[in-house]
Amino acid sequence: MEPLVWLMFSAGGVLAAVFLPILAILFGLVFPLGWADPPDYQHLRAVIGHPVTFVILLGLFVLMLVHSAHRFRYTLYDGLQIKHKRTVAALCYGTAVVGSIVTLVVLLAAARAS
Amino acid sequence: MTPSGGTPTDLRVYRPRLSTWWWTRKRTYFVFVMRELSSIFIAWFVVYLLLLVYAVGQGEAAYRRFLDWASSPWVTVVNVVALVFVLLHTVTWFNLTPQAMSVRVMDRAVPSFHIIAGQYTGLVVVSGFVFWLVTR
Repeated sequence: MEPLVWLMFSAGGVLAAVFLPILAILFGLVFPLGWADPPDYQHLRAVIGHPVTFVILLGLFVLMLVHSAHRFRYTLYDGLQIKHKRTVAALCYGTAVVGSIVTLVVLLAAARAS
Repeated sequence: MTPSGGTPTDLRVYRPRLSTWWWTRKRTYFVFVMRELSSIFIAWFVVYLLLLVYAVGQGEAAYRRFLDWASSPWVTVVNVVALVFVLLHTVTWFNLTPQAMSVRVMDRAVPSFHIIAGQYTGLVVVSGFVFWLVTR
């Protein structure tokens, strides 16, 4: 189990490093604050509804959630010296699993709507 | 391991207890913990982007409501802070990659400078593509 989690941690780390800055800048600041016109609704719906986008977003979100959970687990354990090893692991990975299921449901709903 | 003449119950194991705030004493420790905390903000952006996808699936009115909510001061502050942590993640991740894996081409180790530069090239290409895709 451990090698798989580590592999997903690394993949999520690479994806977060490469994809998140532009997504965060555009959808977190530029469009909401009106620095540039937000994308036209029909266009955005078509992009999100495309099967390729669905697969990429699913992989991106799930791997980033595992990355985040794995790293946060060790932040609590080594960084903040919380030594309840099993509880911390169960909480972190549990959240990632629940988050992945929610991701799948949301992406499926959005794909079906468009 | 029992010291001669003693019984196991006589053993007193010295276990130094680190304080919760050990990482505030040195700059490198502080950057290390900040880098580790980037995980929270990566999770935040996953949730945030999922809310966006959900809103788009719900219809145009929901998409407008999402943009309104996203422009509120507290969301903006969270996004700015989270973006700083994401950028810290990007820079530290790229810098660590050559140490985590050694790439060999024609039996020669690729210098770490090239690996780091290659990753920044990837960042620029992906950013350009995402920008083109959503704004065209």
